[in-house]
Amino acid sequence: MMFTGMFNEACSAMGANRLRTALTMLGMIIGVGAVVLMMSIGQGAQIAVKESIDSMGSNLFVVASGSATASGVRSGSGSTPTLTTADAEAIGELPGIAASSPIHTGMAQLVYGPLNWNTRIFGVTPNYLDVRSWPIAAGDNFTESDLRSATRVALIGQSTAENLFAEEDPVGKTLRIGQAPYQILGVLARKGQSLEGSDQDDVLIVPLTTAQRQIFGSPFQGSIRSILVRAEQAEIMPQLEIAIVDLLRQRHRLREGQENDFSVRDLTAIAESAAETTRIMSMLLGAIASVSLVVGGIGIMNIMLVSVTERTREIGIRMAVGAREIDVLTQFLLEAILISIAGCLIGLALGVGSAVLVHIYTAVPVIVSGSSGIVAFIVAAAIGIFFGFYPAQKAARLDPIEALRYQ
Amino acid sequence: MLGGDGKIIARDTPVIAIRNLYKDYPTPAGAFPALKGISLTVYPGEFVAVMGPSGSGKSTFMNILGCLDHPTYGDYELNGKLVSSLDEEATARLRRRTLGFVFQGFNLLPRMTLEDNVALPLVYSGVPRERRLAKARRLLEKVGLARYAKSLPSRISGGQQQRVAIARALINRPKLILADEPTGNLDSRTSEKIMALFTKLNRRKGITIVLVTHETDIALHARRQVRFLDGVIVQDAPTRKEEGTQP
Repeated sequence: MMFTGMFNEACSAMGANRLRTALTMLGMIIGVGAVVLMMSIGQGAQIAVKESIDSMGSNLFVVASGSATASGVRSGSGSTPTLTTADAEAIGELPGIAASSPIHTGMAQLVYGPLNWNTRIFGVTPNYLDVRSWPIAAGDNFTESDLRSATRVALIGQSTAENLFAEEDPVGKTLRIGQAPYQILGVLARKGQSLEGSDQDDVLIVPLTTAQRQIFGSPFQGSIRSILVRAEQAEIMPQLEIAIVDLLRQRHRLREGQENDFSVRDLTAIAESAAETTRIMSMLLGAIASVSLVVGGIGIMNIMLVSVTERTREIGIRMAVGAREIDVLTQFLLEAILISIAGCLIGLALGVGSAVLVHIYTAVPVIVSGSSGIVAFIVAAAIGIFFGFYPAQKAARLDPIEALRYQ
Repeated sequence: MLGGDGKIIARDTPVIAIRNLYKDYPTPAGAFPALKGISLTVYPGEFVAVMGPSGSGKSTFMNILGCLDHPTYGDYELNGKLVSSLDEEATARLRRRTLGFVFQGFNLLPRMTLEDNVALPLVYSGVPRERRLAKARRLLEKVGLARYAKSLPSRISGGQQQRVAIARALINRPKLILADEPTGNLDSRTSEKIMALFTKLNRRKGITIVLVTHETDIALHARRQVRFLDGVIVQDAPTRKEEGTQP
């Protein structure tokens, strides 16, 4: 067909001025490479944030006990155990709450055989795992009866298990906290990093009563640090927050105008703002990279215009031997598109390659998706057509007589 | 009479039929008339030399003959087709199939091999590359340059380049060759060789040739001489044979 003829003509024209073709391509290579790299990093960050949000659990509130003011010195939130197990039970009975668990937490040194490990202890009720949507990888959860009688049983996080048990299966083993033995009932599934970047698997979970009475020994009986609450739906969370505040003010007998001695935080909102931030970041990265793509396109137009002027006589000769306007247009457009697409392919390889290198050397999560490649390819072809059209049209509209006379 | 492809062509179908042709060029001082009422008929197999000083309108005339320019007024029929009635695509096709151009400056594409140069018009006829090149090589052989098929134009002399340009003009088996000062850049010995080639094409293949020149001895190779002056034809007569055309 005609097209293959035009294709060969375009290829030979590109080959005739290799350095210039390569330099023109460089604009596209850098543009596409930058877009692919930035999109990979942006998508990687988004996925990482999404994973930490998912691992935290959805629709969560944290109700923390308030700060105490003693002789003008204000301690931090949770410093005064204003919340009680009874508060947690009352909140659990509010409508729209899927599950809730009181939390009493602290650090402790664990010992197993020759190994020991300092980790965070969570004293909770059995439905804590339900609140956090945290499955058990092996073994079983503790029961309500364990909670009632403050038995020395525990669930162990993956990281803690690795540090303390190495290759051994922790289920059924007994570790020590201080002098007291604790039996491992189960191993939790892996959660990964939290939004703040801490390891959520470096944890030991025990019944609330066990933590309160056996490990930390609170001077206030039945006091807890915080309550983790999961709402049934995201939509009802604002009303629910008000309901929790009202309930606790009532229970704590706070008068009008008196400050809350507790705080309620919507974790989902925090997570969403983190997700929004990364989304905007990756859009910004993509936008900046796109600018270089446009600059690359302008580079193509520039070179094609020079090329048309330089080859005016050639165009005249082609027209004299019977080329139609459309033939000349096709030839120059094809040249622009070929440069653009060849640059795009090289840029794609370069972008993917550097994304992989970034991942290897900086451990920044990157996602190289097929879609970013397809997008870059379509954009490159579009840029070739868009920026190639004007010079090609200029070539096609040349007056053959003038063109033949051009020196 | 007998045409180039061996077919009988009716004597009354001219290759070129021009009636009362005018061409004005717009200038800041008003329209400048380059051609003022030209009429000319050229029959198949004729060899016409167009002569005249610079500015006499012969270049404008050749551009119109080559369908590269349009007359302001008047009719031009090329091979029985009224050129002004054709659109851009049909004009390009007519140029491709009916005409062959030979220029003073040879006008070969410098980055292409000679065989590619000769095959260029076939690109626009959609002929596959292999067939294009085979045909181009046959024509290069006919003009005696087969061994340079893969060379670039810069490797050969001017006379050789003009022979390549003639081969290119011939590749679509044109009815009419338009040659604009084909020997203008060549020395007299080489010019004679080029003119001998034109004469051969005219006599043996029956190809109609219209050739612009301002050199009298070049014009002697033609069988008919048309002289332009100030946009009109002032003389149209057969070449007197006894003046001699063979060196």
